[in-house]
Amino acid sequence: QAEVEETLKRIQTHKGVIGTIVVNAEGIPIRTTLDNSTTVQYAGLLHQLTMKARSTVRDIDPQNDLTFLRIRSKKHEIMVAPDKEYMLIVIQNPSE
Amino acid sequence: MKKNIGQKPFYTSHQGHPDDICPLTLTSATQELFGCRYDGDVTRDNPYKILRKEDILQDLRNRAAVSDFSPVKQLVLAYPEDELLLVYDRDFIYGSSFYLVLTVEGKDRHLMPIVAEVGEEALEREPSDVFAAQKTPEPRPWISLGSEQEIEEESVTDSRPRLKCRISRVRRAFGAPVFFSDRNAAETKDGFIECTPYQDKIFSLKQMERHCGVQAIPNCNSSSTQTPWTYPKNMCTQYEPREFSKEEKENCLQSEELKHFISLAVSRLEVAIQQNEIADVFFDDWKALSEDDGGYAGKADSHLKEYQSFTDLHFSQEKTISNISWHPTISGVIAVAMTERLSFEDRINASTKLLLNPSLILFWSFSDPINPQLLLECPDDVFSFEFCPSDPNIIVGSCMNGQVVLWDISAHVERLQGTRSNTRDNETSVVRYCAVSSIEHGHKAPVTDIQWLPETFEVSRMGVPMENKSGMCVQIVTCAPDCCLMFWDIRAPRVAFQNMADQRKQKVEEKPLENPDGVPNTFKHLNLTWKPLFRVCPRLVNIPAIHSPNWGLNGSQTPNLFSDNLFFLPQDGELVYTDWKLEKDDSGRLFSVKPSHRFTIHDGLVNTVRRSPFFKDIVLTVGGWTFAIWKEGVMNGPIIHSSCSQRKCTVGYWSQSRPAVFYIGKEDGNLEVWDLLEKTHEPSQTQNITTAPITCIKPWIISSKQHLLAVSDHLGTLHILEIPWTLRSPCSNEKLSVNKYFEKEVDRLVYFDKRREMRTKEKKNMDAEELRKKMVRQRSQISKWILIIICLVGTYSVVKYIPGKLYFFLTYLD
Repeated sequence: QAEVEETLKRIQTHKGVIGTIVVNAEGIPIRTTLDNSTTVQYAGLLHQLTMKARSTVRDIDPQNDLTFLRIRSKKHEIMVAPDKEYMLIVIQNPSE
Repeated sequence: MKKNIGQKPFYTSHQGHPDDICPLTLTSATQELFGCRYDGDVTRDNPYKILRKEDILQDLRNRAAVSDFSPVKQLVLAYPEDELLLVYDRDFIYGSSFYLVLTVEGKDRHLMPIVAEVGEEALEREPSDVFAAQKTPEPRPWISLGSEQEIEEESVTDSRPRLKCRISRVRRAFGAPVFFSDRNAAETKDGFIECTPYQDKIFSLKQMERHCGVQAIPNCNSSSTQTPWTYPKNMCTQYEPREFSKEEKENCLQSEELKHFISLAVSRLEVAIQQNEIADVFFDDWKALSEDDGGYAGKADSHLKEYQSFTDLHFSQEKTISNISWHPTISGVIAVAMTERLSFEDRINASTKLLLNPSLILFWSFSDPINPQLLLECPDDVFSFEFCPSDPNIIVGSCMNGQVVLWDISAHVERLQGTRSNTRDNETSVVRYCAVSSIEHGHKAPVTDIQWLPETFEVSRMGVPMENKSGMCVQIVTCAPDCCLMFWDIRAPRVAFQNMADQRKQKVEEKPLENPDGVPNTFKHLNLTWKPLFRVCPRLVNIPAIHSPNWGLNGSQTPNLFSDNLFFLPQDGELVYTDWKLEKDDSGRLFSVKPSHRFTIHDGLVNTVRRSPFFKDIVLTVGGWTFAIWKEGVMNGPIIHSSCSQRKCTVGYWSQSRPAVFYIGKEDGNLEVWDLLEKTHEPSQTQNITTAPITCIKPWIISSKQHLLAVSDHLGTLHILEIPWTLRSPCSNEKLSVNKYFEKEVDRLVYFDKRREMRTKEKKNMDAEELRKKMVRQRSQISKWILIIICLVGTYSVVKYIPGKLYFFLTYLD
């Protein structure tokens, strides 16, 4: 468990990273570095989006699967690493 | 059963069968007798049966009348040969089941086709005989079937002999001159024949027949339902996101799957994060490049070019411009206030002359550099004037004699806009002020600055800022060296008592038409009776004069954000920062609070206090030989204080488009452009505009391509300069950089203060230390002497006597 902590801390200390969220398969946040309301909002919305993206990829080719999702907005970039049971969300501001 | 064969058995042509055959019906007994049974002896394929004549005659003799052959008895007897042909007429072609061929030729003919058929078959085998067998058809007589009647009907023939006519006339009549005369057709009866229209029934056809198409469709059934309309109800749901409890989270965090997942996911994430760290992929380098280059452009580009200059020969002689104001809505129109260039004493001496020369505010338009467009008449020299932000036709000005003046130029707006033709009238119209404040209640000193409160604010009688619901600027603030700050309201005062209302109404009704000098009645209610709403006199220890207050009213929406603090500039170069709210003291009277901060940093009269248009809490003050930049909230001192320059700074103003740039006007007519991001110890460029001291600077943005700077000088000339691209377009992140710079300066101030404190503390400590050391040394010296004396006297007794002290002494001797 210490490894998990360490790894997450390592990600958080990268340049420009605003927050990190670990979410389970149903979209319930497990661990976060942001405040509760923001976390819940990000988790809910990104969970749905990831499901949609995954279903899109699989519709086109059933043997394919989603490995990574990056959303670039004006202010920052949201990166989602999905998995079968968990999802890791990182928000980074690249222009800092 | 014997059938009736026919009325005329043999010889008529209408019988339907040839003459040489005779249809017969044979009974089954006859058939058996002769061996010609149906479908037995005679069939369709083989219908021919040869009967012997003698057999037939025999049968006739045997059965006489009953015999089937009785009708043909005579013919049979007449038959030449011995054998007759009986044909089975299966299809009843001739009316019976059998027919008897009565002539030899017939018999041959009947039998021949068989032979012919056979012959044809043989012929097929021998094609050379084809043509021999085919006979050309012989012409037979035409049998009339009735068609010649139709043809007769159709042919056209003369039904009667043709008539012949011959018309003749006397030869004389041909070619004779003709004389026509008029005759009215209606004169004589039957002079004309009328062909009246009539409704011809031919054309009113009735459609008797119509083509219709019919299509079968499945059964349709229309039906309807109505749902009961209950009243609409508001419904709401409230939801909460699902969350895990702490234990569950711990559980999850400890699980193996999570570890595995994290190790997998992190590798992908790190790649992505590092990509972002290295470079921002979506950053447009090309665009950014162009902005940076602008800073290094040639010096020529950053020169302020003279765009236009206005001087009026009539009105600006011997006068100076005290204030400039751009017209807020009409582009290209600028107003300047002309004041006398005399000191106070000279004014008094020349007061009679001055009364004849009225003071004016001139309106200049870019389209006409020689003649001012409009002149506003003032009761006395105007030091400051402002256009009303919500209604640019109202101008308020502050005069030297302490009065506040209002003008309404709605009648002349067209002229300013230049919609009227230039040749119409060359004389500039003079607009008289429509209202002045009452002299007793106004300021007792020249009013130096005047400002409109933003349209979302108003201040009540008690000095409490409230929200202004009318959306129009209605209040003004003025200040004067009589250390008073006054708030004025331009609306008509609300009437307290009914009688007063009637009286006032009467008064107003009495003079409805009085309109001297063509002054609009906008502010009639204020004229000469205008009192300030309330006044603020900040309590200052010595009574300096307030020169010009300025607060950047943020234009914020709610009164809560209204900054209640403002900067005052008393005359001796001090800067006062205070809250202007009135408070009640013990006796219930309202009084103003003591100012919170006072700073003396300028070494001369501070003439400008201006808030930065980009930062709400950054203020520029210009006075004496220096200028300073302050940040509200940082009360230690100015965050930037310039060094003393060679000449006095007369006026300063922030740039409207670049957060780091401001302009300082100098006593020698130089205009200094300071760029905080370029240099902070000296101006980034200096340009000489005029020879006289600069009295006012006002920039204005006409369009995104044209930014103008209005500079007025002491000689009364107004110069309009064009701001070059380098000075008007901000570089990338300029606001951010400037903000950072200011923050750094604040940090520096704070640091310095801390250090100063520390230093003083240290110094104190050091002093205390030294003092202590000195004391100790002194004491030790004294102790040495005492010991010596004691030693001289007698150690033992002393030791015994004062044991504690000895210990003390001994330790110090060490």
